[in-house]
Amino acid sequence: MDFNTTDEQTMLRDMVSRYLADTYSFDARMKTVHGGAGWNPAVWQAMAEEIGILGAPFSEAHGGLGGGAIENMIVMEEFGRALVIEPYLPTVVIAGGALKATGGALADAVIPDIIAGKAVVAFAYAEPQGRYDLADLRTTAKADGAGFVLSGHKSVVYSAPYATHLLVTARTGGSQREKAGVSLFLIPASLAGITRRDYPTVDGSAASEIYFENVHVGADMLVGAAGEALPLIEQIVDEATAAVCAEACGLTRVLHATTLDYARQRKQFGKPISDFQVLQHRMVDMFMEVEQAVSITLMATLKLDTPDRATAVSAAKSKVGKACKFVGQSAVQIHGGIGISNELAVGHYFKRSTMIESQFGSVDHHLRRYERLAIG
Amino acid sequence: MDLNFSAEDIAFRDEVRTFIKDCYPEHLNGKIEEGEELSKDDFLSWHKVLAKKGWIAPAWPVQYGGTGWNSVQRYIWSEETARADAIRLMPFGLSMVGPIIYTFGTPEQKAQHLPGILSGDVWWCQGYSEPGAGSDLASLRTKAERFTGDDGKEYYRVNGQKTWTTMAQHADWGFFLVRTDPASKPQEGISFLLIDMKTPGITVRPIITLGGEHEVNEVWLEDVIVPVENRIHEENKGWTCAKFLLAHERTGIAGVAASKRGVERIKTIARSELDEGEPLLANPFFKRKVAELEVDLFALEFTELRTLAGESSGKGPGPESSLLKIKGTEIQQRITELALEAAGHYGAPYFRGFGEGDNQHPIGPDYTHRTAPTYFNVRKTSIYGGSNEIQRNIIAKMVLGL
Repeated sequence: MDFNTTDEQTMLRDMVSRYLADTYSFDARMKTVHGGAGWNPAVWQAMAEEIGILGAPFSEAHGGLGGGAIENMIVMEEFGRALVIEPYLPTVVIAGGALKATGGALADAVIPDIIAGKAVVAFAYAEPQGRYDLADLRTTAKADGAGFVLSGHKSVVYSAPYATHLLVTARTGGSQREKAGVSLFLIPASLAGITRRDYPTVDGSAASEIYFENVHVGADMLVGAAGEALPLIEQIVDEATAAVCAEACGLTRVLHATTLDYARQRKQFGKPISDFQVLQHRMVDMFMEVEQAVSITLMATLKLDTPDRATAVSAAKSKVGKACKFVGQSAVQIHGGIGISNELAVGHYFKRSTMIESQFGSVDHHLRRYERLAIG
Repeated sequence: MDLNFSAEDIAFRDEVRTFIKDCYPEHLNGKIEEGEELSKDDFLSWHKVLAKKGWIAPAWPVQYGGTGWNSVQRYIWSEETARADAIRLMPFGLSMVGPIIYTFGTPEQKAQHLPGILSGDVWWCQGYSEPGAGSDLASLRTKAERFTGDDGKEYYRVNGQKTWTTMAQHADWGFFLVRTDPASKPQEGISFLLIDMKTPGITVRPIITLGGEHEVNEVWLEDVIVPVENRIHEENKGWTCAKFLLAHERTGIAGVAASKRGVERIKTIARSELDEGEPLLANPFFKRKVAELEVDLFALEFTELRTLAGESSGKGPGPESSLLKIKGTEIQQRITELALEAAGHYGAPYFRGFGEGDNQHPIGPDYTHRTAPTYFNVRKTSIYGGSNEIQRNIIAKMVLGL
């Protein structure tokens, strides 16, 4: 057993951490958020060229650093600390994960563009009726000659306003919630028949409702086999879920540290509020939540390539979701009034931690999935 | 003991129901249900209707403009207004400074201020918290120095900063706690001043909160000149007024009737939202949480009714009201948590409200638009009005004698 990172992994963490400390201050982040574009393309280019992290989980044959799940965990944890909104998750973790798993000409074509920062992918999987059920799909892709015709509505697609590609789940067969008949497509975002309604999200990103109206897509845009993509989708969503757990670890650590600092400085009744035992215990509970979140995220990440993947990921996400809520709410409570002001970072960490609670499935969803997988 | 309403109570309830149905301003419909940010005009349009009817201040003594309702009738009133999703009026005039003025004020002060509070013509704000005085309110430092003016009259010169001042951007008048005797113990050197917000030297700056709302403000006071006649109660006795007010503030804060509506709303949402092809309300996890919430709300409701019954038999709201504040706000927060959970993916789109000339329909089902901002906003309830930690201290000391 060895929980140490390799020298390369340590270097990756240091590099990301240093880059973000130098360039991604809270003020800089908020400037991007208020700019309304949902990201800072210059930051993305720097991540591609200057620090070269967009290739972290890809093979050297594709021009990557030869890493995998642990590298994604490291990057996402650092992103969480700095509250980064740029699309590493959908582009590198999710689309990258799907392409790595399936390989072939599409992977050979797109992965180098992802690494170079030229391809930005948004993951269009959610639908208005579907909640967290990945097979609950009304979007259809009907066979048409050599290709398919895509129709439907995808909900709350983060990063879609500025993406070059969309990774879309759709039915090529089967009924609405059936396991069979699900397909995955990686398509250019500019295809005829795609319309979007863009909007900001409460956690500082930008997202879209996407409407597909008879969009012609080629068979070469299929990721995996037609009609048999659900296991692949479950796999990449599990990888994505582990990645947001890592993000949550980074940001709940910051929430906890910020709260400790504040409690030490803030004086009421003639002493720092950190002297009050009721607040000490609450901060101890926050600490324990964060430590357990870090531990179970590590477990899930290390099991991503094993048969226990789904069970481990649902265990982790249910635990991390609770940690996000407890740590976020406690941080705001201990900060008092300024905790709910939009001017301080703490509130923005709280907003993101709140959104992570339900991203890729709420606590209840993952506990139910865990019960089915592990308890029966 | 009897849980049932009398025939008179039921007749009263029907009268109230009909009145709300006929007279609640139509343009306000849906605003509470969807958690929209309310404007001054929104508040005032309902206020004016109630003032005209004479139902604006049910808790006030009749001689000052109250309705003369007994506690059951007042309970019915709050139930029915909440049931109809009517706007809850701002408490600063009606529930806070009004009762202080009729309890501690001089006849001149009553004559000057009570009519404007009742009519809604005068908008009030509360100047209590300071950057350095939150939970420890008695450590406040805004100072009021007494002097004789050139006209031979007595004045205070007020300097300091207040914060978290709700709706101060609309306020005509404010009631402020200020330090008039820096030498004595913290609670003993405080006075209660009414200040015209148009007085030179007052600056109001917005604080934007997590949901994007502008509800609260910083209020800066620089050499603000206030006539001594604007002081309520004796000099250095302002803490008595504040304590009286805090007890009042807490009774209303339980918000039982509004929370009942909140629970109903969650059920409605969870019936139409789907989860694995079934209504979300059929999900046993979710259903259990709704059930627990409803059970806790029953317990809170009957705790409040017991407190009300005590009040009507002459016992003022005491430190027990801290229980209502703690449990009431916890329930309000759980309601917003469940609403956000029910919204699923559609909790994420940020909808600020309809701007000028903006009539594009927001993203997702109507009931989801403001679930996240409302969740963020309602975190304030366990912080304001004496944080829930402070309320527990009060119960420990005053109720348990620890």
